[in-house]
Amino acid sequence: MNKHIKPYGDTLDDGKVQLSFTLPIANDDKGREAAKILAKKMGLTDPNVAHSGALDNNFTFYVVYGSVEHNIDYDNIVVQTVDSDVMDMGEIADYIRTNIGREIVIIGASTGTDAHTVGIDAIMNMKGFAGNYGLERYDMINAYNLGSQVTNEDFIKKAKELNADVLLVSQTVTQKDVHVANLTELVELLEAEEMRHKVILICGGPRISNELAKELGYDAGFGQGSFAQHVASFAVQEIVRRKTTPVKAG
Amino acid sequence: MTQKLNLDWGKVAQAREYARNVAQDTQDFINQHTTVATERAICRLLGIDGVDDVDVPLPNVVIDHLKRGGVLGNGAALMVGNAMVATSKSPQEIAEGIANDEIDLLKIPMNDINNINKAINEIAVISVSKILKNNRKRAEMLEKHGDKTEPYLYVIVATGNIYEDITQAVAAVKQGADIIAVIRTTGQSLLDYVPYGATTEGFGGTYATQENFRLMRAALDEAGEQVGRYIRLCNYASGLCMPEIAAMGALERLDVMLNDALYGILFRDINMKRTIVDQYFSRIINSFAGIIINTGEDNYLTTADAVEEAHTVLTSQFLNEQFALMAGLPEEQMGLGHAFEIAPDVKNGFLYELAQAQMAREIFPNAPLKYMPPTKFMTGDIFKGTVQNALFNTVSIMTGQKIHLLGMLTEAIHTPFMSDRAIAIDSARYIFNTMADLGDEVEFKQGGIMQSRAAEVLDKATDLLSKIEQKKLFATLEQGIFAGIKRGRDDGKGLDGVIIKSENYFNPFINLMKGGKTDE
Repeated sequence: MNKHIKPYGDTLDDGKVQLSFTLPIANDDKGREAAKILAKKMGLTDPNVAHSGALDNNFTFYVVYGSVEHNIDYDNIVVQTVDSDVMDMGEIADYIRTNIGREIVIIGASTGTDAHTVGIDAIMNMKGFAGNYGLERYDMINAYNLGSQVTNEDFIKKAKELNADVLLVSQTVTQKDVHVANLTELVELLEAEEMRHKVILICGGPRISNELAKELGYDAGFGQGSFAQHVASFAVQEIVRRKTTPVKAG
Repeated sequence: MTQKLNLDWGKVAQAREYARNVAQDTQDFINQHTTVATERAICRLLGIDGVDDVDVPLPNVVIDHLKRGGVLGNGAALMVGNAMVATSKSPQEIAEGIANDEIDLLKIPMNDINNINKAINEIAVISVSKILKNNRKRAEMLEKHGDKTEPYLYVIVATGNIYEDITQAVAAVKQGADIIAVIRTTGQSLLDYVPYGATTEGFGGTYATQENFRLMRAALDEAGEQVGRYIRLCNYASGLCMPEIAAMGALERLDVMLNDALYGILFRDINMKRTIVDQYFSRIINSFAGIIINTGEDNYLTTADAVEEAHTVLTSQFLNEQFALMAGLPEEQMGLGHAFEIAPDVKNGFLYELAQAQMAREIFPNAPLKYMPPTKFMTGDIFKGTVQNALFNTVSIMTGQKIHLLGMLTEAIHTPFMSDRAIAIDSARYIFNTMADLGDEVEFKQGGIMQSRAAEVLDKATDLLSKIEQKKLFATLEQGIFAGIKRGRDDGKGLDGVIIKSENYFNPFINLMKGGKTDE
């Protein structure tokens, strides 16, 4: 039998979850009932409104607990992850020397309206993030961090100028799925410039999955918990794979 | 630790003197009495365990038998010892004989007291050496893994099912917990017996049974070995079975035990005579077993205002200290309690908390103080709760508290989720690390808010102790002077379990345990 799972609060299969949300209503008994009904519609049984606090006359913040009715067939979950061996900084440099035979150029930016550089900095800056050095420190890699709010047009211009092998796009904070439109636009522009097949195109950010990236026409996508070595390992292996396997015409 | 509060040390000495007199006066009463729980604890230490065919624990079978016969004043040791001499049976076999109506202790003629003493002592020494073996094991594990200098992270499990408790406790250890406390099921403190065996059903907690102690101890030793730390196990003695639970804890190597001299009287309406006599033997056992006691001063603040009644906390700490010393408990095992319970909307409330915690640290420099998190003003707003807990963590690291009971963001909502503990542990570790030496770097302003606050609390506590000394403890409790709760000296639960000792009474464990903690 497949393993079916539910959230664990303090007892196996109790299904307990914690929610917080704001409703555009007054903080009163009726409001608490509304929060409860919403929780029930979300599939929770026995919802308990633990907290309701007025944010304004007609806005109320709720903290709600309940047990989720649904369960997950855990064994049948298939996840698309980036399929490449992860090497460390030294191994990556050796790999480039042996298999590519020249320094490679990687450019990165937080594109569109996104002003946050925390993601791209974590991957590219010398110092890196959480003990993982960034690409600027890597031997055999010339890394250029273009910073934030770079338009897709400028990004492509720079890629041409530097003859980049790999393009990294970071999207950290987005609203109303603006990151999807922005990422799609970059792919379209690259295709119009007939550059798409010449570069390895990678995106990353807390709301990016490999699955989404592929859907949007990227070679890979990296979500939370990814560091420079993950991105670089994929990029260099992809360069080598393309050299040996002809790219199908776009 | 540098002193920051400019306390009036003459006043501190005066307060201690009052408290010592209160304890000494009460000790005279204690010495003349025993209780059913004390005698059942003696039975347990003589190796009597198990239940009869209707699930009555055998220690209760023996003691009820003696009580019905009107001879409990002789003590279990004398009566069981006499049967040992007469029948050559072990205490366990004698207890089983009583349960089966095959033995009647009242019908056995009294043998020579020297022979009885000898028979009892042979058995008593075995229990005592078991406890000493536990002490050595703890010392070895602490030696092997080292002990931490910062506050111990204390979390509770309370599922009602000992096996589910173990799952959660082990996860908490992996997350960084140092002390695991298994909360007892609601109402256990009012049971005049200790249930038997592994239990899987409880409400808001899990039964304290010897088997549950053993299961959790084994699980924590194993988890501790994996993470390279000694994990302390805590349970609760306060209630009608204080000495019995202390004995079980000693036999199963518990490390920390809730044990307050007044808590049961004030908050569980247990008769004062009963609790006062019970706490004495339970603390002798705790002391001998190297168990840190935790006192319950935090409870005063959950029922009364933490600003107005702060001095009752200090008063109770002084009294608990002196009662503990009477039982031979060293300062290093006195986890005197207090709590972070000032209302969040009190201006400068944090400063008062800091002053109170620093005061406890300075007045009781060797005690591993137990610091309780905010509970009374926790709402369902878990986000605000996290901030309240962070402030509490800050006071703890700044003032060198030792037993740091982690605040749960879901306090007042439900028993902790596994994730609630993880969040609390992460927050405390962050604050303890980032503020590691902040306390050493900061001095308090001369005559400032915090010094003035501490002086005021110490003044009030000294006045209160002076009153208690004059009136004596029992009259004080009757008049509701303490914590505003009135208790009659002959009211409350468990009074019929208090018995005047006869001339022949003896408790072999007082001599074996008191004063001889480390030598065999």
